[in-house]
Amino acid sequence: MATPTVLVLRSPGANCDEETAHAWRLAGAQAERVHVNRVLEAPELLDGYQALCVPGGFSYGDDIAAGRVLGNQLKLGLADALRRFRDAGKLVLGVCNGFQVLVNTGLLDLEDESGQLASLTWNNHGRYEARWVRLGVDPGRCVFLQGLDRLELPIAHAEGRIATRGGDALGRLVDDGRVVLRYRGAQTDAGDSVLPFPANPNGSVGNAAGLTDSSGRVLGLMPHPERFLFATQHPTWTRRRAEGGFDPHADGDGLRLFRNAVAYFG
Amino acid sequence: MLWEVDILPADDRPDLPAERLTEEAAHAGYEAVRAATARGYLIEGDSLDAAAADAIARRLLADPVVETPRVGRVDEADLLAPPARLGGADARLLAVLPKVGVMDPTAQSAERAIADLGYPGVRTRTLRKYWLAGVDQPRLEEFGRRLLANDAIEQLVVGPIGIDRLPSGERYAFELKRVPITGLDDGALARLSREGQLYLQLAEMQTIQRYYRELGREPTDIELETLAQTWSEHCSHKTLAGRIAYRDDTTERRFDNMLKETIFAATQKLRADWGEGDWCVSVFRDNAGVVRFDETDNVCFKVETHNHPSALEPYGGANTGLGGVIRDTLGTGLGAKPIASTDVFCFAPPDTPDASLPPGVLAPRRVMRGVVEGVRDYGNRMGIPTVNGAVCFDPRYLGNPLVFCGNMGLIPHDKSFGEPQPNDLIVAVGGRTGRDGIHGATFSSAELTHESESLSGGAVQIGNAVEEKKVTDVLLAARDRGLFNAVTDCGAGGFSSAVGEMGETIGATVRLEAAPLKYEGLSYTEVWISEAQERMVLAVPEAHWDELRELCESEGVEATVIGQYTPTGELLLTYHGETVGRLPMSLLHDGRPPVVREAAYSPPDVHPLHAPQRDNYTEDLLAILGSLNVASKEWVVRQYDHEVQSGSVVKPLVGAEADGPGDAAVVRPKLTSHRGLVIGCGINPRFGDLDPYWMAASAIDEAIRNCVAVGADPRRIALLDNFCWGDCERSATLGSLVRAAIACHDLAIEFGAPFVSGKDSLNNEFSYLDADGQKQTIAIPPTLLISAMGQIADIGRAVTMDIKRVDSRVYVIGRTFNELGGSHLALVNRLENGVVPSVNAPVARAAYEAVHSAIEEGLVLACHDCSEGGLAVALAEMAFAGGIGLRADLADAPLAGEYASGYDRTAAALFSESNSRLVCEVAEADADRFEELIAGTAHALIGRTYDTPALSLLYNGAEVVNASLGVLKEAWQAPLRW
Repeated sequence: MATPTVLVLRSPGANCDEETAHAWRLAGAQAERVHVNRVLEAPELLDGYQALCVPGGFSYGDDIAAGRVLGNQLKLGLADALRRFRDAGKLVLGVCNGFQVLVNTGLLDLEDESGQLASLTWNNHGRYEARWVRLGVDPGRCVFLQGLDRLELPIAHAEGRIATRGGDALGRLVDDGRVVLRYRGAQTDAGDSVLPFPANPNGSVGNAAGLTDSSGRVLGLMPHPERFLFATQHPTWTRRRAEGGFDPHADGDGLRLFRNAVAYFG
Repeated sequence: MLWEVDILPADDRPDLPAERLTEEAAHAGYEAVRAATARGYLIEGDSLDAAAADAIARRLLADPVVETPRVGRVDEADLLAPPARLGGADARLLAVLPKVGVMDPTAQSAERAIADLGYPGVRTRTLRKYWLAGVDQPRLEEFGRRLLANDAIEQLVVGPIGIDRLPSGERYAFELKRVPITGLDDGALARLSREGQLYLQLAEMQTIQRYYRELGREPTDIELETLAQTWSEHCSHKTLAGRIAYRDDTTERRFDNMLKETIFAATQKLRADWGEGDWCVSVFRDNAGVVRFDETDNVCFKVETHNHPSALEPYGGANTGLGGVIRDTLGTGLGAKPIASTDVFCFAPPDTPDASLPPGVLAPRRVMRGVVEGVRDYGNRMGIPTVNGAVCFDPRYLGNPLVFCGNMGLIPHDKSFGEPQPNDLIVAVGGRTGRDGIHGATFSSAELTHESESLSGGAVQIGNAVEEKKVTDVLLAARDRGLFNAVTDCGAGGFSSAVGEMGETIGATVRLEAAPLKYEGLSYTEVWISEAQERMVLAVPEAHWDELRELCESEGVEATVIGQYTPTGELLLTYHGETVGRLPMSLLHDGRPPVVREAAYSPPDVHPLHAPQRDNYTEDLLAILGSLNVASKEWVVRQYDHEVQSGSVVKPLVGAEADGPGDAAVVRPKLTSHRGLVIGCGINPRFGDLDPYWMAASAIDEAIRNCVAVGADPRRIALLDNFCWGDCERSATLGSLVRAAIACHDLAIEFGAPFVSGKDSLNNEFSYLDADGQKQTIAIPPTLLISAMGQIADIGRAVTMDIKRVDSRVYVIGRTFNELGGSHLALVNRLENGVVPSVNAPVARAAYEAVHSAIEEGLVLACHDCSEGGLAVALAEMAFAGGIGLRADLADAPLAGEYASGYDRTAAALFSESNSRLVCEVAEADADRFEELIAGTAHALIGRTYDTPALSLLYNGAEVVNASLGVLKEAWQAPLRW
C-alpha cells in the first residue's frame, strides 16, 4: 500500500492537530504538522503533500466567527495553490473547525452566481455542545466515506449548524450528492425534516453533518473522526464489553475515514 | 475615520442572544421584554473610506447566509434604528463596550484579519447592542447593569454611543515615586497598607519601616509594591506556612510551619517508607506536584482558586482562573504538556431572589452562568479536555463563590526540573503587559466588600486563550530543543513574583521599559506588578537566545529580553537607565517577620438526629436526587470539551444514554500506551459545620474512592489540597483549618496517598452594610477540596457505574453507620444535628485493594461510589444510568451503630453518608471468585438487577422505596436542566 503524505495544518488556536496526525499515521499515512505561517510564506510547500487536513480547534480564537480568520487567510493567500492541489486529484479534509475554515475558503464549492449557498452558524440552543451523535452516511463520490453506512462520532462545537440560503439551496446540495453525512436518531433514519435535539445536536438543515465538494475529494464535517480511533472512546464501550466478545484495544470506527483516504492512493 | 459595523441576524434567522436575554430577563423579574441584538465593531483607520468599511463588513465580519451588516459613521440613524424583527415596537437602545484598557481579543483578531484583507494599521474595538421593548426608560440602566454589562470591565451606554474616535492610552511621563514611611506612626502605617492596597499586617509594615530607617532613605513605590506582592498571603501563604499556636479540647500544639509539619510531613514520611519504591518526583516545590507515570514520563497536577475575581466578574475571573492553572502546568519543571483539566465550583443557590441580595452581590444565577462559560471558553480553546469536577451549593457562597480550576500535565523524566543559571537572560514570552490585574495578589488576600467592585476592578483580568495556546506550542518546542534553563508563569504579582522567585538564589536586573506593552501610559510600577495574562518568564542562556527568538517569531509569539539573572543577590529594577528599585533577595524571601497566630478548636455538642418516621421513603429519595448538590450537572458538562486530545476512556457522563454520573474520569495521555490517568475529587462542606477533621477525612476518602471505583490502583493515588476558609485572623476559623490539616496528615499516611501540591485561599468573606447601616459579614463554610490523581495500568479494565445487565448480583462493600449528620436526608428535611461520617482508613484501604483486585480480574460489571444521599442514591443512579431495574434489601447490608428506633435504622441504611462504601454489580458466574477476593472486608449481597425498569428497595422484606427509573432520572435531571 502507498504511504501518502499528509499536511496537518497548524494555526494559532488549532488544537486537534496532534491526534489528527496520529489518526493519519495509524491509517498508514505519513503525517506532518505544519504551521500555516510556513505555508503562507511558501505556498509551493503544498506540492509535496497528497492530502491536506485542517484539524479541529479554535483557529484565531474563532473570533469574529468560527474559522473566519483562518479561512480568509487561506482564501486570500493560498487560493491558487489550493485549487491546484485539489485539481491534482489530492484530498482535503476539514474536521470541525477545519470544516468551518473550508466553508470560508471556497474549496467546498458552496458558491454559485448569487453568492454563498451554505454557512456554518450557531447551534440552535446557542451554546457549545459536546456529545456523541449517530450519523447516516450517504457516501456517493466521497472518497473518505466509501463503504460506510452508519457511524457514531462525537461532536464538540458551538457553531456547527449548517444553514443554507433560502430557496432550493439544500435541495440542490442533496441532489448533487453533496450532503454525505446526516445526523440520525437511534431508531429513525435521517430525512430532510430536522430531527429534534439531541439527535440533531445543532439544528442543521436536512440534518446535515458533513458536506463534500463536487469532486468527492474534499470533505468537511462537524463530528470528530479522530476522536474515535480506539474502541475505548465510545461512550458505551464498558456496556459492549459486558455483552462479551469485545476487545477494548480494538480500533474505533472513526479510523475508517482515514483508512479510506489512504487506500485512495492505492 | 471611525466607522461602525453592526452585524445583525438576517431577518429570516433567529436572534439567539435576544432569545437568551428575554429568558434571563424573565428570571430577573422583567416580564414581556422583547429584544433584538447586534454585535458591532468600531473600526478606525486614517485612510479608511466608506467603501473600505463596507468591504470589511461584507467580506470579513458578516456571514453572507445568516447575517446582515449595517455600516456607517458611529450613531448614524440607520445604525440606531430598531431592527425590523421588533415590528416597529417602541424600543430603546443599550450598548455595551469593553472599558478602555480591558482586553478585547476579538478586536485583536479582527485587526489582524482586516490587515490580511489589505487594510493595515486599522484599530478596532468590539461592542454589543441591544434594542429593548418593554423596559421603561428609567429602568433601562438598571436592566443593563443587572443583565448585560459588568461595571468591573464594561461600559454601559444608554442610547447613542457618542464617540468620534477610539480612545488610546496617554503617554507616560516618568517620575520616580518615593513613599515616605520612616516617619509614620502605627496608625499611619496601617492606613498606608490598606489604602495603598498593600494589605500587609502592621508587624510587616514595621519591619519594612525599620529596614528603610536603617538604610536612611524612603522606599520607592515599586519597592514597597514588590514587598507587598512577595509577602502577600496569595504568594507566600504566610498564615498556613507560619507559626501557629493550636489548641483543641484534648491537645495543644505549636507549629513553626503548620503546612510543613502536617501535610508535607506526611508526604515525607511516605516517601521515606517507600525508599526505592518512591513514586513521587517533585512535591510542594514547583508550580505543580509531579509523580511518576511510566518509564519515560511523569505527570503533574495543580489546582488553583480564583474566587475573588470570579465574585466581581464571573466570566473573566473563571476564564483566567483556568488560564492561570494551565500556566502552572507550563511552568512546572521545564514545561509540562497540559493534558486534562478539572473544575469545581461552589455557588449560592441559583434561585436566590434578586430582592434578597446584599448590595454589591451579583445574582447567583448570573455568577454560575458566567463562571461556567468562563471556564468553558478558556479550556475548550486551549484544547485541553475538562474531564472532572463538582458543583456545590450553599447560601453562604453568596458574595464569595468558589472557583477551583485544576490542570494536569505530562512531562518527560529529564524535563521535570529546571534551575536558572547565573547570567541567564530573563525572557518574557507571550501576551503583552497592560493595566489589567493590578493588585490581584494583594487583593485576593483581602476580604471582599460591597465596595470591592469599584476599589479593585483593576484586579479583574480578561483572558485570551489563543495567546496561551500559541505560547504552549512554542514553549514545548523550545523545551524539547533545550533552549532554556528554567520557566515559570506570570501569575499573581506578575513579573514581580515570577522574576523574584526565579532569581531568589541568584539575583536579577530588570529593565522595565523593555517589556512590551498593550498600550502606552503604564508606569514602571504598573509594568512590574501587572497581572496581564498569558505571559511566561524563561531563564535563557545567551547562546540560545537567537534560536528561541526565531522560534517564537515563526509562530507569531512575542519574546523579549527584559533583564538578566545577575549573580548579585539583589533585585535591581531600572527604567530607561534610572534605578527605580533595589532590594536584597534575602529581604524579599526571608525578611518577613514571624507572626504567631492563635488557633482554637472546640467541638460542637453532638445531638442525635432523628430521621423522619415513614413507612416509605420514596419522596425523600426523589427530593435528594433533585437537591442541587446531587442533581445532574449535564448542563455544565456538555459545554466542556471532554474528548479533545483523543484520550477519553471514562467520560464525565456514562451509561446507556451517556447521562449517568461517572465517579471519576479516565484519560489516556499517551495514545501509544494503554496506561491511563484517573481523576477524581472529594468535597463536602456540609460536614465541616460538624467537624472539620472528619470533613477533611471524608473528602480524602471520597476522592480516593471515586478513583478506585473506575479502576485506579489504590496504591498509586496522589492528592492535592485546596483550603478555602474565612478570615484566619479569627482563632476559631484558623483552628478549624488546622484541624482539617491534621486530618490530611493522618489520612494521607493511613491511605498511603501522598499530598503532592496544594493551595489555600483565605479571607473568603463578604461584608456589606445592611439597611440599618450595620456591617454584616457572610463567611463561607470552611471548604476543603481534595483532588485525586490515580493511575490505571490498562485502560481496557476501567469500569463505569451504570448497571450493565439483568440478573446480576449487587454487592455493598463497606459498613454503614448511624451517620446522618450533614447528610442530604437532613438537608431536604431541614434536620439539624447528627453524627458526622468518620473514616477508618486501614479498613477502607483493605476494601479498596480488594475491589481493585476484582476489577483487575474483570469481575466487576459496574462499580459506584456511595456518597451524597447514601446507598439509596447510589443504587438509584446505577439503575437509571444503566436503564436496568434493581431490587435490593438494605437490611442485608453491613450496618453498625446504635439506633433509637427502627425508623432511624431504616433511614440510615438508605441515606446515611458513611464513608468507604462502594456498590458493585457482579455477574452470577463471577460471584464466587468475587466473594473470595473481598472475603476480608465487610460486604454483603443485597440484591439483584431485574428486567423491570424500576428501583425497589426493601428493609427486612418490606418495601421502603419504589419508583420507576424514568421518575428517578427526571427528578435528578430537572433542577439544573437550563
